[in-house]
Amino acid sequence: MSASQWRKAMNAGAGRTAWPRTAPATTPRAARPVGAAAGGATVSAAAAARPGDGARWLRWVAARVRARHLIVLAAAIVYPLVATPFFTFQVGAQSLALGLIALSLTFLAGYGGMVSLAQMTVAGIAGYGYAIFATSGTDISLKWPWWLAVLLALAIATACGTLIGWFSVRTEGIYTIMITLAIGVAFYYLAQQNYSLFNGFQGFQSVKSPTVFGRDVREPLPFYYLTLFWALVGYWGVQYVLRAPFGVALQGIRDNPRRMAALGFDVTAHRVAAYAVAGLIAAVGGILLVWYNGLVSPGSVGTSWLINILVIAVLGGMRHPIGPFIGAVVFVLLQNFAVDLVDRERFNLLIGGVLMIIVLFSPDGILGWWANGLARLRARSAQGRLGRRVET
Amino acid sequence: MSAVTRRRWIWGLVLGVPVAAFAVWGLADNAKLFLTTALNGLTLAALYFLVASGFTLVFGLMRNVNLAHGSLYLLGGYVGYVVGDRTGSWLLAVAAGFASAALSGLVLQVAVFRFMQGQDLRQTLVTIALSIMLADVLLWIFGGEIYTFDPPRAIFGRTPLPVVQVYPTYRLVLLAMSAAIGVLLWLFLNRTRVGMMIRAGVDDRAMLAAAGVNVQQVFAITFAIGAGLAGFAGVVGGTALSIAPGEDTRYQLASLVVVIVGGMGSVVGAAIGAVLIGVAEQFGLAYAPTYSVVFTFVIMALVLAFRPQGVLGRRG
Repeated sequence: MSASQWRKAMNAGAGRTAWPRTAPATTPRAARPVGAAAGGATVSAAAAARPGDGARWLRWVAARVRARHLIVLAAAIVYPLVATPFFTFQVGAQSLALGLIALSLTFLAGYGGMVSLAQMTVAGIAGYGYAIFATSGTDISLKWPWWLAVLLALAIATACGTLIGWFSVRTEGIYTIMITLAIGVAFYYLAQQNYSLFNGFQGFQSVKSPTVFGRDVREPLPFYYLTLFWALVGYWGVQYVLRAPFGVALQGIRDNPRRMAALGFDVTAHRVAAYAVAGLIAAVGGILLVWYNGLVSPGSVGTSWLINILVIAVLGGMRHPIGPFIGAVVFVLLQNFAVDLVDRERFNLLIGGVLMIIVLFSPDGILGWWANGLARLRARSAQGRLGRRVET
Repeated sequence: MSAVTRRRWIWGLVLGVPVAAFAVWGLADNAKLFLTTALNGLTLAALYFLVASGFTLVFGLMRNVNLAHGSLYLLGGYVGYVVGDRTGSWLLAVAAGFASAALSGLVLQVAVFRFMQGQDLRQTLVTIALSIMLADVLLWIFGGEIYTFDPPRAIFGRTPLPVVQVYPTYRLVLLAMSAAIGVLLWLFLNRTRVGMMIRAGVDDRAMLAAAGVNVQQVFAITFAIGAGLAGFAGVVGGTALSIAPGEDTRYQLASLVVVIVGGMGSVVGAAIGAVLIGVAEQFGLAYAPTYSVVFTFVIMALVLAFRPQGVLGRRG
């Protein structure tokens, strides 16, 4: 077997093992009986059946878009039209922005095997960057145009994310958690102590969000659609990267770094690149978050937020890119409505308890529950069929 | 001269010369400030060592990153405060701090971690959840106030010293106590049967079990000692500084950095790391207040870049 064949075999194997139980399998759709798919009948079946009809990308989209994707997308688009501004902004937009940051962790941890607690730090650096370059209530701000500030903040945060990755990939597994936590907390203390650049404990208050087409993007409706757009870009972007050669190699490295190194893949370079991708995703989330909050302070990058991002990712489940968004919705709902269940002051106790329950009883988060439930249902129906057959 | 010795010399010069130059400048510029800072750094290092030695012991043996270690520090401190407040005895407070944290550590090991041996991420997540909950419960009970202890008069005054003039006696006592604990820990690990088992467990857990040792028992003892040291540090450190919410994160971070710098699982490494970090932090605070965290971070980054396993760590 030649080296290229080996690589192909490896890649195929890695891709298959990497696929979560809940996600569509990598087998071609045509090979599966219609209706047997977890998502039920799909719109794509007709389109996929006519090869050569339509552009290549259309077929690509048709092969991947399922009914449940369209249902979720439609629900997400219609949602702000029926929900109150509070639900649109406070719950919807915040969940999407936090989900985006948690998505970067899911990408790193679920597919790269590297649990980084510094993703909120990267997001915070983007937020600080925007606040420093754009306009805020503090004299430190340079008052540059918002688009320039966004670009610079994204670039700086992505560079910092890559740098953090470059440090952390020298270690493995549990050490990565320790080092990224140490980096994250160190940045928190730096932001708190430094007044010349980060404005110390106060941070940046009343950070001005941009006005586009005469409307402030911080208004509930535009802001919701903005975060939805970027969440979708993040979701599909991660899906795309995971199917691209880079993503497949990354999953191979997660499963067996030594074998991948023996096959000629540069393990360190792939890992650092994964940190760069995750850094960009977190940076976008960080800028959305600074617009949402209208401020950025050491509190936004404190230990509790570093850990909250991990809680969100674990809550949703790290086996699929939709997990962090589900986790974020649950987290934000808990945050807003825990007041009715427990004392407002005791939110941390609640979130700690929820994390504990998830870790002890469902390591794969809510997605794991969902997958388990489906599997159990299938097993039961299969058993039922078997039972009937025995009777006859 | 062998290549290794030569490399050591080069590194010694690269790191030693700037430090020596800074020391000479500091002494010439303001000897009192320099020496006071050095003493502050050493006492802080003593405190860091107490917390980090337990952390590194637990990690080295069980590969369990106990991110609730800082919470055990805080728990020990609060329990010690309550006992000290009721009985009026500082020594009882120290004992209570040690005992309460050791007991909690024992319960954790027996009730939780025993069931997830070898599942690194799950253990870490559980300890994170525990630290969130414990911090919140402690905040609930004790509120946001700052608590200070009331140690015996004999160790609380000021001691005249040359150049520095006066220095809090308690901090010198803390330094001595930490050194004593370090020596005791070293003797325990190197000269007793249980210590031997612990060291064997750090090297090869499976082989230790195969040799007929009850590994779970060794784990429980180690966890209790490690947690107890955190609780002990809670009272002792709380007396030097104070006990307040947020201290758990601070000491958690400190022990993480100390252990990363010193090398995982090595008690001597923890001592070296504690001195490096404690001294760097205090000098940073005294000479460059807004960037003091950067010094800590630079040390960590340098160690990671040139010796990822830590100063005294072993690979694998």
